[in-house]
Amino acid sequence: MKTGIVVFPGTNRERDMAIALHGVTGRKPEMLWHRDTALPDLDLIVLPGGFSYGDYLRCGAMAAHSPIMREVKAFAERGGHILGVCNGFQILTEAGLLPGALLRNGGMRFLSQDCYLRVETSETPFTRHWKKGDVFRAPLAHGDGNYACDAETLAELEGEGRVAFRYASAGGVVDASDRASNLNGSVNAIAGVISANNRICGMMPHPEDLVDPLMGGVDGKPLFDGLVEALVR
Amino acid sequence: MTAAQKTVDAALAREFGLSDEEYGRVLTIMGRTPSLTELGVFSVMWSEHCSYKSSRKWLRTLPTTAPWVIHGPGENAGVVDIGEGLAAIFKMESHNHPSFIEPYQGAATGVGGILRDVFTMGARPVANLNALRFGSPENPRTRQIVDGVVRGIGGYGNCVGVPTVGGEVNFHPAYDGNPLVNAMTVGVARQDRIFLSAAAGVGNPVVYVGSKTGRDGIHGATMSSAEFDENALAKRPTVQVGDPFVEKLLIEACLELMATDAIVAIQDMGAAGLTSSSVEMAGKGGVGIDLDLDAVPQREPGMTAYEMMLSESQERMLMVIKPERTELARAVFEKWELDFAVVGHLTDTGRIVVRHRGAVEADIPLDPLADQAPIYDRPVAPLAAPEELGPIHDPIGLEQSLLRLIGCPDLASRAWIWNQYDSAVGGQTVRRPGGADAAVVKIEGSEIGLALTTDCTPRYCRANPRSGGAQAVAEAWRNITATGAKPLAVTDNLNFGNPEKPEIMAQFVAAIEGMGEACRVLDFPVVSGNVSLYNETRNPDGSTQAILPTPAIGALGVLTDVRKTVGLALPASGVLVLVGETGGHLGQSLWLREVLGRETGDAPGVDLAREKRNGDFVRERIAAGQVAACHDLSDGGLLIAVAEMAMAGGVGCVLQSAESGIRPEAFWFGEDQARYLVAIEGDADALIARAKAQSVSARVIATIGGDGLTLPNGATISIARLRSANEAFFPGLMEA
Repeated sequence: MKTGIVVFPGTNRERDMAIALHGVTGRKPEMLWHRDTALPDLDLIVLPGGFSYGDYLRCGAMAAHSPIMREVKAFAERGGHILGVCNGFQILTEAGLLPGALLRNGGMRFLSQDCYLRVETSETPFTRHWKKGDVFRAPLAHGDGNYACDAETLAELEGEGRVAFRYASAGGVVDASDRASNLNGSVNAIAGVISANNRICGMMPHPEDLVDPLMGGVDGKPLFDGLVEALVR
Repeated sequence: MTAAQKTVDAALAREFGLSDEEYGRVLTIMGRTPSLTELGVFSVMWSEHCSYKSSRKWLRTLPTTAPWVIHGPGENAGVVDIGEGLAAIFKMESHNHPSFIEPYQGAATGVGGILRDVFTMGARPVANLNALRFGSPENPRTRQIVDGVVRGIGGYGNCVGVPTVGGEVNFHPAYDGNPLVNAMTVGVARQDRIFLSAAAGVGNPVVYVGSKTGRDGIHGATMSSAEFDENALAKRPTVQVGDPFVEKLLIEACLELMATDAIVAIQDMGAAGLTSSSVEMAGKGGVGIDLDLDAVPQREPGMTAYEMMLSESQERMLMVIKPERTELARAVFEKWELDFAVVGHLTDTGRIVVRHRGAVEADIPLDPLADQAPIYDRPVAPLAAPEELGPIHDPIGLEQSLLRLIGCPDLASRAWIWNQYDSAVGGQTVRRPGGADAAVVKIEGSEIGLALTTDCTPRYCRANPRSGGAQAVAEAWRNITATGAKPLAVTDNLNFGNPEKPEIMAQFVAAIEGMGEACRVLDFPVVSGNVSLYNETRNPDGSTQAILPTPAIGALGVLTDVRKTVGLALPASGVLVLVGETGGHLGQSLWLREVLGRETGDAPGVDLAREKRNGDFVRERIAAGQVAACHDLSDGGLLIAVAEMAMAGGVGCVLQSAESGIRPEAFWFGEDQARYLVAIEGDADALIARAKAQSVSARVIATIGGDGLTLPNGATISIARLRSANEAFFPGLMEA
């Protein structure tokens, strides 16, 4: 599987993502610079976490209009697979590749702690190594992760099974009103969503930071294992 | 009247913080009345903050060498050999005064400044830590300062993408008007790619990179060298404003250029900005420097030479580069969309010459500026004896004492703070805050781990500065040891009151003596550091309140195989072994303060030979794979350490009775030093026998298991109850 990681000025989790991708694919991902106007041959593009362009104006807003994003959008139109994590998820929503928006956390503070995610569908390349209802742990680290969308979009996402992950208790109970599990106050406790063509996934927590027992566990690894299985040519 | 119109005389010099004697020295060096810009340069270079004029005599007594020390004090940060051709580069620095005036920006720029000290040497920053002291939780301003400082540290560190992995926090009324924000950065570089600040090569271009220069932070270094009065908050314009996004770009651009051979010397612009960076680079290199201020990237029009030389605008660096590499260097900084300007060149004059709009605004000989900087041997008063301990009785019993202590401001869970710091970015954090006595970070691409901690117990330092200084070093050494790492070196951040007061100077001198002795015995040299004096607040009635003497220690240790590290969480079964001797020392203990409401008695004694013996034993057993978890004993003593291990593991234990001839509250809450708890899943008898053979005291203190702590009197406190007592304080203070 050939992977590429987009680096914007202010991106800061590209190294974490590279370690995770290298670990499962055995090959180093290509680092794609925000000013690049052409893409190499890739099976997966990842938009990693960080503070692209300082997150000034609005998280992800400026990155969504950078030169590389024209290529990323064209890649999406060709049916390419894209994963956006944290700031990457924010950029995907700002670029219109995923619906909704990420607002300030409900508690108005930056949050950095482990959360639990319940897998809502196993029928995507990103979640196929889990079973629906599986619960896994992932670190989150963001100030703006409160997923929001209009009622129509929400009904569409829910109706089409496009919610990939929800924040849950360690035991797998989802309660959007419970700030102890739905830490940032997301609507329907949504932590990750999938595009209509099932090929673009955005999520706030960081599975790439939990792929080595030494760092506290391998809870995030099934996402990458699943992608390799689905996308290897 | 603007600064440019001011007449330079002794009165203005005093306003700039120079004494009449110091101003006289300036007149002698210059042979004429200095210009305003020249006076500004002298005043910041000779400020306490930049010149260490009150502390230098004593700092020289600290041990700074060991076979693994590559660069000790004198460079931007200390550098130690961590194996495999790699070096760890680290330092801690204070941003106390700005953090009181403007907590968010004060703390944020403190983080930014210490990051630059580390990456200016060629290291990629891999971890941030901090040491924070706040006023009484009852003081309404404390909550506001805690909020701003925590947001500031997080806001900066999270954005630059350097994990904040550890730190410490204390509350005490002595910090009401003067909180302490000490920030530490650790970076890693290849030993053959370390960059220094000594300029070389007459004619070589001097290059300015980073943010533009504005009018912020002018005279910040001077402000940091005076005590606060009731008008302190009016000093807000002296506080700088940080931009972590630009810092992130600056890190990447500098590291990219450092991979080439373009850079001859590099220095960040910290306190006293362009002045100190240019003076230090030229001075260390024994060359002269000509600066053309018209070329300096400026944020606003009409800035004077004085303002530009004294600005403390953030995220700026000064470099000397090879002339033939100028365009290569420019291309790197343009790629990262940062300012890049050739602002001068090196000369053979031995002088700093500053030109602006066709005029020479400053022309100062560098040698006397450095060599004739004042150095003071301040009077030292005899140390006051610690207050009598007084009578001891236990009015509430072990169970209530435990619950009260575990929830008190100095022991309560810090999760509310940690949860605002990104501790995982980089993907190399093996132990996040609370997971072990020291944070553990893996070096990407190797099996090496770094163990990192910050420590100081200011109430000990007030009672007995010498013991307190030694204890701060010993506790840092223990915390490193408890992860299994070999302690290598320390950085110190010496926070004290007004050194012109002999009783403050006495604290300073004694604390350094204690630290020095501990560093020598433990083979734990000081490789970098920072001094912050004048941490006092003048009350409206003219009296002053000094902070507790706070020599904060930041320490670094190395694990050659990071996979062998242990945390503090109890395993599911086994026994807990107490290593070290328990004497029941209650003087200055948290039990005494929280239960009897007194801060009396002497600080616990520090037996350094015993520290070394016990610590070396524990480290060897961890390396041998015999230890499942380890925790050192410090604030709150034995029972608090047991409770912390139980909460971390979610596993309880049954404690054995004291049987020691010591009063129970003294046995369980005494703060004797040189002690550890080790959890053993295997053969504890063999471990204890080995300890005995090495003259180390060790005994089984508890059987692990269950979901609560069962005290010797049979009472059981559930883990859930411990956690709820432990976790209430911060949300109660901050979210109520």
